[in-house]
Amino acid sequence: MNSVLTIDSAIVDAIVAHARRDHPDEACGVVAGAIGSDLPTRHIAMDNAARSMTFYEFDSMEHLRVWREMDDSDEEPVVIYHSHTATEAYPSRTDVSFAGEPGAHYLLVSTREPDSEEIRSFRIVDGVVTEEKVNIVDATVDA
Amino acid sequence: MAIEVRVPTILRSYTGGSKIVEGAGDTLSGLLDDLDAKHSGLKGRLITPEGGLHRFVNIYVNDEDVRFLGALDAKLNDGDSITILPAVAGGALGFAAAAAFFGR
Repeated sequence: MNSVLTIDSAIVDAIVAHARRDHPDEACGVVAGAIGSDLPTRHIAMDNAARSMTFYEFDSMEHLRVWREMDDSDEEPVVIYHSHTATEAYPSRTDVSFAGEPGAHYLLVSTREPDSEEIRSFRIVDGVVTEEKVNIVDATVDA
Repeated sequence: MAIEVRVPTILRSYTGGSKIVEGAGDTLSGLLDDLDAKHSGLKGRLITPEGGLHRFVNIYVNDEDVRFLGALDAKLNDGDSITILPAVAGGALGFAAAAAFFGR
């Protein structure tokens, strides 16, 4: 298992823009990539069905549709992201309880500061949280 | 009666690594009993000790969320396709509040 998330700056910018747009509600989404590549290439902003400042939840029908699209394209959810809008970018107990994609990088963005974002990434496997480095690179994809 | 069931990565330890398994049943409840007989422990990851659908997973019959089809009583037919996905949810608030919020 890699201890680093390598992700294109254009995708990070799109995730941050999504989080800013939905602030003070939490924003959530996925970045798909080819199975086994560990490289996130396709950003998909998801609806937060909970529309809440302290919860997020994928809409179950959108979830099914997006997961099927990935399946059909031989992709998998390389990154699952959400924002915390008043607290740090660290997985809450709720986040850990729900984390059901052991192969994914769980990216958290905190938008509590108006001028800067905290962006951190974690593996969450069997309830164990392991922080990893985020390596932001330029121009691996057209986003 | 064969019903195809798509199993997410996190539950494939119960199916010997298989992504797709087959089961039988007239209802979702019956299907899960059948699956549990072949893949011991799987049902416990989908159903709470109180006997309801676990909030950590979404189960779909063809293109519908089973919560809209009667949940465990959802009727199944030969050739139906079941998809299990781990729910993607969370947030900054503590677990007890979230559990109350997500309780369905």
